[in-house]
Amino acid sequence: MSVPLIVVIVVLTALAFDFTNGFHDTANAMATSIASGALKPKIAVAIAGVLNVVGAFLSVKVASTISGGIVDEAKFNHVTGPYVVFGALIGAIIWNLITWYLGLPSSSSHALFGGLIGATWIAFGTGAVHFSTLVAKVIVPAVASPLVCGIVATLSTYLVYTLTRRTRQDTVKRGFRAGQTVSASLVALAHGTNDAQKTMGIITLTFIVAGIQPKGANPLWWVILACGLAIGLGTYLGGWRIIRTLGKGITDVETQQGFAAEAASAATILASSHLGFALSTTHVVSGGVIGSGVGKRLAEVRWSVAGKMAIAWILTLPAAAVVGAAAGKAASGGPAGTIIVALVGIIIGGGIFAASRRNPVNSNNVNEVEPGEVKPEPAAAAA
Amino acid sequence: MNINWGDLVEVLAASLVATVCVVALFSVGVIGLSRQATLKEQGGSGAAPLTGSIICFAACILIVAYGIYLIVV
Repeated sequence: MSVPLIVVIVVLTALAFDFTNGFHDTANAMATSIASGALKPKIAVAIAGVLNVVGAFLSVKVASTISGGIVDEAKFNHVTGPYVVFGALIGAIIWNLITWYLGLPSSSSHALFGGLIGATWIAFGTGAVHFSTLVAKVIVPAVASPLVCGIVATLSTYLVYTLTRRTRQDTVKRGFRAGQTVSASLVALAHGTNDAQKTMGIITLTFIVAGIQPKGANPLWWVILACGLAIGLGTYLGGWRIIRTLGKGITDVETQQGFAAEAASAATILASSHLGFALSTTHVVSGGVIGSGVGKRLAEVRWSVAGKMAIAWILTLPAAAVVGAAAGKAASGGPAGTIIVALVGIIIGGGIFAASRRNPVNSNNVNEVEPGEVKPEPAAAAA
Repeated sequence: MNINWGDLVEVLAASLVATVCVVALFSVGVIGLSRQATLKEQGGSGAAPLTGSIICFAACILIVAYGIYLIVV
């Protein structure tokens, strides 16, 4: 069977999205370790990248949720279907880059779902979107998972501080610093299991829509490999902006807290991946970081930063849906439309990248606070 | 609408039990290391608390490995 060019383009765009996902979400795994000085920034992102790839191979349950649940592929037209997925991906990538530029740990997953829903809705009508699956497998976990992780992190942080209160603080610091390298690695692994699967799901959905794979098929092995590598590479190149927000902006993280937050995050994500919940690793980890702040002392959480994040979370799905709808509509209007959408995507992406150069955040200044922000002591632990 | 609350409760329970166990064991392990350091400074061997620590850390690793095993298999 000959493969239409648009399918090839969709696969490449999906891998590009996967790359931005890794880029955007390095923070999830490594922000607390970098902020607490447990790992040097560059080593942290290298470990996270490798474990992302490994995690991608652990499970396909989340991929199945996406390729066979949220949208009704039977309603997709064989010819225009891949164009619609293409629009969805462009919507997701643009939203991911905007939030990355602003340093907001918004959800790459919700950007993807938003794009997919918007593009499907506008092309094939509301009937093609399975809203009940969407609510049960995406919206409810989206709200519940940060709470679950937050509660778990609060309790375990409280437990750590209670248990080690009368222990020598030098040993505590060293011990948990070592523990954090392991717990952070587990978060990276968990991230691979949940997020890399989302891109696999999108590519598999495209193959099903184009008639290359049968309905209900699992991802092909090379799709799994490519997705693992794309997200791992994105992770390695690092999203230093978001690491700064997550590691320093919300709460000052000590090694004990980091360990508790990461253990809670990894457990929540792995358990959810196992049950096919396509949750946002970003939301879970943010919930864990906030929970570890609450567990130590309530006042330490900078709720204004947490509030800004919450707004970005709520906006992500609808905003990506609007961009996805517009891009999907334009892309399915013939080759000219597709080329225009691709060009617009490249121009916006390039523009954001260029803008980010003017105020770069990288491995050297990731632990410095932003100008104008009030902070008692400038930490240079991981410089 | 078919929300599987059972699955959500399962996620909460599994995460809570696994995390609290690992964190508690790890903390006890660190306490052991601290005892060992103190005993050494006082001229003792500190072998007993060190053994306890090693057992705690090994238990942590086992819990994590079992969790990953459950997902892969």
